[in-house]
Amino acid sequence: MTATATAPMLTPADRMPLERREPTPPRQPMTSGRWQDALFERTTQAFALLVLLVLVAIIGSLIYGALPALEKFGAAFFVTNVWNPVTKQFGALAPIYGTLVTSGIALLIGIPVSFGIAVFLTEMCPPLLKRPLGTAVELLAAIPSIIYGMWGLFVFAPIFGDYVQPFLAKTFGNIWLIAPLFQGAPNGIGMLSAGVILSVMVIPFIASVMRDVFEIVPPVLKESAYGIGCTTWEVVWNIVLPYTKVGVIGGIMLGLGRALGETMAVTFVIGNAYRISPSLFEAGNSIASALANEFNEASDPIHLSSLITLGLVLFMLTFVVLACSRLLLAQLAKSEGRQT
Amino acid sequence: MNFKRYTAGFLAVSSLALGIGARAADITGAGATFPYPIYAKWAEAYKAKTGVGMNYQSIGSGGGIKQIQAKTVDFGATDAPLKPDELDKAGLAQFPAIIGGVVTVVNLEGIKPGEMKLTGPVLADIYLGKLKKWNEKPIADLNPTLKIPDENITVVRRSDGSGTSFLFTDYLSKVSPEWKEKVGAATAVAWPEGVGGKGNEGVASYVQRIKGAIGYVEYAYAKKNKMSYTQLKNKDGNFVTPDDPQFQSAAAYAQWKAVDGFYQVLTEQPGKDSWPITGASFILIYKTQDKSASGQEVLKFFDWALKSGQKMAEELDYVPIPDSVVKLIADSWKSQIKDAAGKQLWN
Repeated sequence: MTATATAPMLTPADRMPLERREPTPPRQPMTSGRWQDALFERTTQAFALLVLLVLVAIIGSLIYGALPALEKFGAAFFVTNVWNPVTKQFGALAPIYGTLVTSGIALLIGIPVSFGIAVFLTEMCPPLLKRPLGTAVELLAAIPSIIYGMWGLFVFAPIFGDYVQPFLAKTFGNIWLIAPLFQGAPNGIGMLSAGVILSVMVIPFIASVMRDVFEIVPPVLKESAYGIGCTTWEVVWNIVLPYTKVGVIGGIMLGLGRALGETMAVTFVIGNAYRISPSLFEAGNSIASALANEFNEASDPIHLSSLITLGLVLFMLTFVVLACSRLLLAQLAKSEGRQT
Repeated sequence: MNFKRYTAGFLAVSSLALGIGARAADITGAGATFPYPIYAKWAEAYKAKTGVGMNYQSIGSGGGIKQIQAKTVDFGATDAPLKPDELDKAGLAQFPAIIGGVVTVVNLEGIKPGEMKLTGPVLADIYLGKLKKWNEKPIADLNPTLKIPDENITVVRRSDGSGTSFLFTDYLSKVSPEWKEKVGAATAVAWPEGVGGKGNEGVASYVQRIKGAIGYVEYAYAKKNKMSYTQLKNKDGNFVTPDDPQFQSAAAYAQWKAVDGFYQVLTEQPGKDSWPITGASFILIYKTQDKSASGQEVLKFFDWALKSGQKMAEELDYVPIPDSVVKLIADSWKSQIKDAAGKQLWN
């Protein structure tokens, strides 16, 4: 308190106009610091706004590009299954279906495996293995998707078609309700193959996010749980997961985002047929892969516009996924408030 | 995520286009991917000889047409020729630069390259999904001496829009009214059957890996990968095995007409040796050249390539344009290509 009285620097006199203040040496850097602060703020703000601007510009140009197709086909574009560049009839149902199914398969396989990886790495892994294993998972994420595609086509598809698909057909092919999923020729190409490749691609994303958030759980919480006799599973399920659910869902959404938009890897193994078939062994198509395949040679305006509309649909899908995850989190936070 | 790539692609293309304009001495072109290897080879040899570079971006035929219309390049390249009225509307001249063949390949136990015989209508029925098994009567009747396994037919085709698909579907449209009516011919069509591989390599690897598969690839691919290509019955009723002379025969029998912008799809051409799925790749340039210097360089380059680049083309398993047609092309330049003042650009 006494210090404030004796040191004018720290009093409200600071806010006085410059010329009324005594020109003491420490002030100079401070004022220039203020000027820098302002500059820094404006610059970072500009960068942040740039993101918004780019986003709006992309949406704008997509909608503009999609208009001709939307005008011609209307809402039917989203629910019809026809893709005929010769007669110029386009409908997006097959690629939308393919995108959702392959991404769904990717998450169905990816989430449990990633969860296992993260739990092992944070709770049970011997310290010696922790670093190499963690790095290996992260390295998986660094592999370019075209490599996954080529590996999928030349290495994975033959093995998958020769061994895994016949096994699946034999095991599940006669069970009521899920039998239709495993019909058809096991040639290693199709929606299931694409989904499995996608799961390999999303696992590193989901697993490393899960591992990182699992690690921030305060040890005291876990130790208390272990102290009252919880098993590792109980600790993970009742302590770690509830504590980290925001991060876990975030990681899953990151993975889903990658699965929805993946292009090259899917193109190589999905079979690229505009067809909706209950069987996962059959060839299908995804939005991203349709774009990659046809954009180069699409010269007809309505064909091009339909492809851009497909892009818009993918954008919307990703947006809806993000929105749903936000809603889910908000819902969780609410129910938590009720419990306590 | 896709959008990032999509816009990045756009940016890349447009910055390329901008970058191209900067070097005035070099000629620039963009378009079809099928002739890219030979154009690149010609460019290299031409630069070594004359010092003038040729920068070719293989962005696809559709892209090539768009780029030349936007005048960002000196010439465009397309696998599917523009029709005479489309050329007139855009003010473009068109001429063929290189010829290639598309062959059908199969993966059947015990069937070696060139052994199996197929006809156009049978091929169309296979691709329409009407023939499901390899040992069905129409196929067995064509190959009485072959032991064809009891295998399901898996149809493989291109998933990306391509000149190869255009030639193949154009051929099927010519030999099968049902194909023409139900599917038609284009760089991408609504395929009634089968799985799609990306690029020649995608189709080749699908065919090699799926037993009982049939696909179509550029001849060079089938040859390189030692795939079992089939014979086809041509318009004269002969079964022919695909090779360079067979493609050349198709090109020689075609009725090239300069006034039509050489509009000519070389499928199902007459001639006893002609391979039925042959096609040329085309070059598009403006009839009125605003910058006469660069227009002249383009013509000089292709004049050299068509006359001196034939051996290089053969080395890469392309078929050079026959000499008689080369002469027609040079004549068409004389009559069609003018500079801004309306003066003849090529003598």
